[in-house]
Amino acid sequence: MNILVFMVPLALLLGLTALFGFMWSLKSGQYDDVEGTAHRILSDDDVTK
Amino acid sequence: MAEPLDLSLFVKRADDGGARMDLAIEGITCAACLDDIERGLARVPGVTHARLNLTTHRLAVSWDEARIQPADIVAALKSIGYGAYPFEQRRVEAEEEARTTWLLKCLGVAAFAAMNIMLLSVSVWSGNVSGITQETRDFFHWCSALIALPAAAYAGQPFFTSAMSALRARRLNMDVPISLGVLLALGMSVFETLNHAEHAYFDSAVMLLLFLLAGRYLDQAMRRKTRAAAGNIAALKGDVATRLGADEAGAEALTVVPVAALQAGDRVLVRPGERVPADAVVVSGLSQIDESLITGETDRRAVEAGASIYAGSINFDGALTLRVTAAASGSLIDEVGRLLETAGEARTRYMRLADRAARLYAPVVHATALLTCIGWILVGASVHDALITAIAVLIITCPCALALAVPAVQVVASGALFRAGLFLNSPEAIERLAEVDVAVFDKTGTLTLPEPRVANAAEIDAGLLAMAGRLALSSHHPLAMAVAREAVRVAPFADAVEKAGQGVEAEIDGVVARLGSAAFCAIDDAAPEAGGASALWFRHGERTARLLVRQMLRSDARAVIDALRARGLGIVILSGDRPGAVEPVAAALGVADWRGGLKPQEKIAAIEALKAQGRRVLMVGDGLNDAPALAAAHCSLSPITAVDMAQGQADAVFLGEKLAPVAQAVEIAGRARNLMRQNLILAIVYNFIAVPMAIAGLVTPLIAAAAMSGSSVLVTLNALRLRAHAVRTPSDEPTPQGADAKLALAGRTTN
Repeated sequence: MNILVFMVPLALLLGLTALFGFMWSLKSGQYDDVEGTAHRILSDDDVTK
Repeated sequence: MAEPLDLSLFVKRADDGGARMDLAIEGITCAACLDDIERGLARVPGVTHARLNLTTHRLAVSWDEARIQPADIVAALKSIGYGAYPFEQRRVEAEEEARTTWLLKCLGVAAFAAMNIMLLSVSVWSGNVSGITQETRDFFHWCSALIALPAAAYAGQPFFTSAMSALRARRLNMDVPISLGVLLALGMSVFETLNHAEHAYFDSAVMLLLFLLAGRYLDQAMRRKTRAAAGNIAALKGDVATRLGADEAGAEALTVVPVAALQAGDRVLVRPGERVPADAVVVSGLSQIDESLITGETDRRAVEAGASIYAGSINFDGALTLRVTAAASGSLIDEVGRLLETAGEARTRYMRLADRAARLYAPVVHATALLTCIGWILVGASVHDALITAIAVLIITCPCALALAVPAVQVVASGALFRAGLFLNSPEAIERLAEVDVAVFDKTGTLTLPEPRVANAAEIDAGLLAMAGRLALSSHHPLAMAVAREAVRVAPFADAVEKAGQGVEAEIDGVVARLGSAAFCAIDDAAPEAGGASALWFRHGERTARLLVRQMLRSDARAVIDALRARGLGIVILSGDRPGAVEPVAAALGVADWRGGLKPQEKIAAIEALKAQGRRVLMVGDGLNDAPALAAAHCSLSPITAVDMAQGQADAVFLGEKLAPVAQAVEIAGRARNLMRQNLILAIVYNFIAVPMAIAGLVTPLIAAAAMSGSSVLVTLNALRLRAHAVRTPSDEPTPQGADAKLALAGRTTN
């Protein structure tokens, strides 16, 4: 059962990464306009800029 | 208007010579508009960046100040078919937004913690059956503690701060038992872990926070959405004023500025048919003004130099030069201000359903826990076991479902109200609205449309009326503007000429058409004045029409009054207009209980009299004179066209030209209150089942977790029934978006 000593913290670390990802996406304004973003992905005019 | 538009108030400047501005955009119907607007602006030279928020219908645009003026950007948007109005985020809206983000962060932390702790807890629960070693269990419990303690300290803040402020004010709210439950569960779990015990309640504590935060976040997100929409509507009114000032050369010049940019001492020009933009004193000019929005009085008042005028009055027939005054003064506004100071007191004492439940609930629960502890000691259990059981009682009764019971319904109800075209100012208004048993209406602008209309439109040949309406678009006269409202989506005639004091003239299909006074149209006006309406004539060749312009009832006023009566509400009309003008309206609506010619304090007195009889009053009004009555009533509604002071006192503001949102609001609130009650009962029944088990000491963390999530899901599903019902009865009401487009249209014609 010693494997648990590594596996459980590792699982927690993965969870924490996801939490930081969420915080980052929140801070960088990715939830400000969920409707617009859904459509923006379909337009390809950002290539030229 | 030919004067330059000055938007400098709304422009924010960066250090590198760039400038930016936020605009509320009108006319967005689909996702394609996003590309339209952003690409359209990218082509305008000088614009450096444009980004549209499709959720809030707002555009952030930056440009190079050396190359382009903000007014050109607005013009560019207009040329591709979108109305743009400069917009400044109000403080309340910024606060709502910050709180929404904070709750979302707390929710994120709680979700992370709950998932990971549950992973460990499920292992312990299954291990307890299949033979887990004590070391492994302790290890899992310590891991849980490591996640739960910091997570609860962070995600629990919304509850802890609210509970502390309630306790400091010597009150009890729902957050007090919640905070106590969470803290006790965590404390006991740490203690039990230290003692290598079998059960720890980390998962219960964090899951409780997760469920409650989800409820609060949804509630908050709905409120933010409402605020944003209300902010747009305020901007879309696009109120502008024509300011008189010196230009660079020192000559007199006219500039069009947003009303928000006006300062005390500014001189403004108000042409016939325009709305007075701010409280002001007349400097020069002679005119009549229509103060129906202020006092409810439909007769016009003559003004001359030195007279003071309130914002929202409509200038009728002569150009006026006004000086803007710092604070509104005058007998009416002073009186309204004084009345407002005392009128709102009753409402701040109102106690929400959830808080009333908490006040009954918390002492009962805490007493039960205490009795459990004493009981177990008396029957011979150890102090440790007795304490653990008592704390288990507190954990199982920790009001998860009870605390979700009201917010869950509230989210669904405010969403339903939003779709009906109603914006809530205060969240508890739903509960108050459900309790009303008498509805008091103001007449002018509430039962009637805020602007006059052609009363005999149905009797006039449709083609002739459409022509008259299109011709009237070229006039600034208030009567002609009423006729112009009959013209839908047409451009004015290019060669139309307005002859001051007489009417407008244009050549249509090779024949001269005239709209104006009887003499101007060469008609011998022998017809009598009809019931307070003003007459206008239209002549096209040999065909003539007499247009009667007057205040008209909202199209569905009678139906709404009947619907409210059918729900058992009493109907009263209290108007500031003279009794002679109120009587026909009351008769048309079949309302026997009406009074006219009331001053603001008399309206309050009438409402206080109703309250003294034990009635709960719903006040619907729009004028400055209604503001104190709106504050004094149990619950109050205002149309979006109401003066700012009245809107500020109203619990909710409704959109559109119909009165239907009033009836819908009462109905939705009624259903919502029923569901809130059901939910509270469900939560209490759950406790009746769970508490005896906890007292008996049979509750394990597994049972606590199952019971808590079960009851939370139950009340949430029950709340969603409100939505299901709303979907089954589709209404023909305009959506908020449709309504605000209409509103902006109306706003532009009056400016």
